[in-house]
Amino acid sequence: MIPGSFDYVVANSVPEAVALLQQHGDDAKILAGGHSLIPLLRFRLAAPAVLIDINRISELEYIQESDGVLHIGALTREAALDDSELIGERYPILRDTASGVADPVVRNWATVGGNLAHADPANDHPATMLALGASVVAEGSGGRRVIPIDEFFTDAPFETALHADEILVEIRIPAPGERSGGAYCKLERKVGDYAIAGVAACVTLDANGLVTRAGIGLTNVGAHPIKARAAEQALIGKPLDEANIQHAADLAAAAAQPTSDIRGPAEYKRAMVHTLCVRALRRALARATGATEGR
Amino acid sequence: MSKHHISVTINGTVYEDDVDSRTLLVHWIRDGLHLTGTHIGCDTSSCGACTILVDGRATKSCTMFAVQANGREIMTVEGLEKDGKLHPIQEGFHQEHALQCGYCTPGMMMAGVALLQRNPHPSERDIRVGISGNLCRCTGYVNIVKAIQYAAEKMRASEQVPVSAGEGGE
Repeated sequence: MIPGSFDYVVANSVPEAVALLQQHGDDAKILAGGHSLIPLLRFRLAAPAVLIDINRISELEYIQESDGVLHIGALTREAALDDSELIGERYPILRDTASGVADPVVRNWATVGGNLAHADPANDHPATMLALGASVVAEGSGGRRVIPIDEFFTDAPFETALHADEILVEIRIPAPGERSGGAYCKLERKVGDYAIAGVAACVTLDANGLVTRAGIGLTNVGAHPIKARAAEQALIGKPLDEANIQHAADLAAAAAQPTSDIRGPAEYKRAMVHTLCVRALRRALARATGATEGR
Repeated sequence: MSKHHISVTINGTVYEDDVDSRTLLVHWIRDGLHLTGTHIGCDTSSCGACTILVDGRATKSCTMFAVQANGREIMTVEGLEKDGKLHPIQEGFHQEHALQCGYCTPGMMMAGVALLQRNPHPSERDIRVGISGNLCRCTGYVNIVKAIQYAAEKMRASEQVPVSAGEGGE
């Protein structure tokens, strides 16, 4: 399993990467952590003429919170997200997500930006970013633009709103307000496999415990990452009690579009979306209210 | 196809070569340099048999191109032994009988070394998570966990000497 021939170039800065993308257009692919792309090349499912290696653009590796926004550099490794104290304390949903991506050796190279830009519906960050209401920053020949995450993914797998000359440079997440919490729950057959199903849930409560914001994203139960809008809407203005959690989970399961495959029949996956949604909402509630978390 | 001149330090020795862009790091290490301690298992970054350290990071060398390693520092299983003396992780695998067929062992040891560098006091759970990207089909992992615990203890004991002598260390 040797990849086909390609040219390899190193980009040492974002402008260099953009210039190379402009030069090569659709023939080029960005090589970040490579743990999705290199297997695709080896199976000859992808055959780009040029690989643009961005692994040396270290200024794209950062995690910082400023002006009420969490900024994550697109080349930030999953391991860095998993290790970050800021993430562990303020954004535990991101730790849930990063610590479940593939395995710890893969996470040393795999990047958050790559996980999103690859737009594999089986990847974990898309659901979490949909739940968090994130946006991404793309840089191209026309400068930078901000794309809301629910406009970043299209209806087709492995496709995003990025133009051929654009590179993903940053992920932006609104800092959690008071009484906010989120969690990502994933069911996998074994470490390193894609999710059978995964659910990301975020909530913000008012002083009376009523939901003012809800975000729910689904992993690997459709041709693209799914935002369970009806489930989110159903929670607004309600207390996050067991009946409302169950109702939201019903709607999330209804929003899933799973297909039967080696990871199980469609109906099983739909049932798992329900179960995982209940768990994620309970954990999000516990985190929002500072209650002790069950596992 | 592009050819690239690369210079990579492996186990303290600088290797220079011209490689095709599509040559995978593990193939260059094994077939180009004849350092065959690094194994190839699944070829798809699932099994961890090819795990090496790249700039100190545990890395599946089947999922990196040789050209990407240009200018970087690599440690393979051949770099563990120093002056005829086994590394504590090798000693641990020997003492605790942590291998049967031995195929996963080099990758397992490199994952173990990377874990202990980051976390000198791992719990059993930390170890199990740390090696969860490395598959063993023989042992059932119990003795591998014991071997890494053995190495952790041994490395902590040997590091106490410079610390008590007033050395800083990382």
